[in-house]
Amino acid sequence: MTEVFPLVIDFLSRSLMLIGALSVLIGGIGVLRMPDIYSRIHAASLTDTMGTIALFSGLMLEAGFALATFKLFAIMVFLLLTGPTATYALANAVLESGSVPAAAKLSDGDDFKGETK
Amino acid sequence: MNLYEFLGYYNYWVFAVLLMIGFYAVIAKTNLIKKLIGLSIFQSAVFLMYISMDKVEGGTAPILKPEMTDLIYSNPLPQVLILTAIVVGVATLALGLAIVVRINERYGSIEEHDLLDAD
Amino acid sequence: MTIVFALFLLSLLVITALAIVQTRNLFVAVMLLSIFSLLMAANFFVLDAADVALTEAAVGAGVTTVIFLSALTLISGTEKKAPQAGRGVALIVVTITTLLIIYATFDKPRLGDPEAPVHQHVAPFYIENTYELMGFPNVVTAVLASFRGYDTLGEVFVVFAAAIGVLFILDARTGTGPAYGMPEARGLKHHLIPKAVGGLLVPFVLLFGLYVQFHGEYGPGGGFQAGAIVATAIILYAILEGEKAALRAVPRSVLMALVVGGALLYGLVGVVCMLMGGDFLDYSVLLPDPVVGRQVGIIIIEAGVGMAVCGSLLSIFHAFASRRPSRIDHESV
Repeated sequence: MTEVFPLVIDFLSRSLMLIGALSVLIGGIGVLRMPDIYSRIHAASLTDTMGTIALFSGLMLEAGFALATFKLFAIMVFLLLTGPTATYALANAVLESGSVPAAAKLSDGDDFKGETK
Repeated sequence: MNLYEFLGYYNYWVFAVLLMIGFYAVIAKTNLIKKLIGLSIFQSAVFLMYISMDKVEGGTAPILKPEMTDLIYSNPLPQVLILTAIVVGVATLALGLAIVVRINERYGSIEEHDLLDAD
Repeated sequence: MTIVFALFLLSLLVITALAIVQTRNLFVAVMLLSIFSLLMAANFFVLDAADVALTEAAVGAGVTTVIFLSALTLISGTEKKAPQAGRGVALIVVTITTLLIIYATFDKPRLGDPEAPVHQHVAPFYIENTYELMGFPNVVTAVLASFRGYDTLGEVFVVFAAAIGVLFILDARTGTGPAYGMPEARGLKHHLIPKAVGGLLVPFVLLFGLYVQFHGEYGPGGGFQAGAIVATAIILYAILEGEKAALRAVPRSVLMALVVGGALLYGLVGVVCMLMGGDFLDYSVLLPDPVVGRQVGIIIIEAGVGMAVCGSLLSIFHAFASRRPSRIDHESV
């Protein structure tokens, strides 16, 4: 059991990092292919959460029980706090500048009234 | 010239390309802010060349660990020079932007041909 | 495998630089410049320069973007007009010069060659003698603050002069006058979430800035990075709560005192060393034990550098940010 344990840790951390890299790639493709700025922001948020958690968990498993693990955890908490906040501020700024979401035009006839208080 | 030497020269070729991209922005664009941005790219390319001179293969960052006597350290000297240069670069950039703001208030535009026509 | 990663980072730099020059919208160009600085910091880290990567990330990707954006809001036109004819000559000159420089780089020694001339004379002296003469591990801080202390003194004076220059050009010494005073100063609209998260983060960023300042001798860090990080924390506070709140927290007189005090402190340490019998900026005469004397001298001048850089960056930010735009044609004022 103890001989196979490092192998399991290795395999787990590599697959987590691969999942993280794949979600960053999917987020990037989504940003390029989506039609509207709001859907692009939504696609990019995949990088904020899934990519961050998967990549940093893989790195923490690889580092073992060292000081670097705690530092990686602190960086991950920082990114998880500030990434979605920045996304919120960006979407708010886009709304304030007057861009109407594309999906709002598909509803039945009534216009989208943005909040401008 | 084998593969590793070729890959080593790639740093310097990127430096040459970035230098000329920044220089092109300074001489060929007419907007003053674009010229300042091109100057910033030019500076960063010079920093890249200095820092790529300091790498020693198999080396590590120059923070000493005296109990391990067989470590090779990278050269600390270009890093000191570039540390100074980065901060001086941002200081001159701020000064340039202040002048551009005053030019805009005086003449109403920051395109080069408008400024040359107005004087 | 790291070689492939390094090549990929370098190619990303070229692509970003091409996109910056190509685009016409100035806001897009400034955002891409911030990404360019971050990629450059990653490149510096791959090339084993940890201090320089920290400085480039803090100063280049952080403060430069803020200064550019605050200058762009004062300039009413953000779109660029079509360029003049004469681009053809510029393109030809640039291409020929690129080929000449690439031809010249074949004479350089291979990247990482330990026998290259740059690694021979002065650098081994610094690496071997830092631990005996100074007693701490970070060679870059030792060279910056003690072996080459004159250059750092000149740099502090340059930063000081730039801050004074910006304040005089924009006529912003006291913050009053015809060009100043926004009608009402407020932070972001719909500000609840960024205020909550940002208010949580500001004390931690300040703490990290102080950590970087005092641990500059044991790891990557030092006065410049610390000054930039502390200035970034206060700029974040100014963006969230409004500029008047930030000016109440750190008033202009304090900023002036920081800038002037930092530069004076550095020069004063040098003069005190002369009065104690050594040369200018020779810290070994400050205390009876020369190693501890050098450490004390380095701590004091790093504090001076941090104060000067923080004060200058904040003064420059306030000079740009509190200025009224001249032609008011957005509805956001």
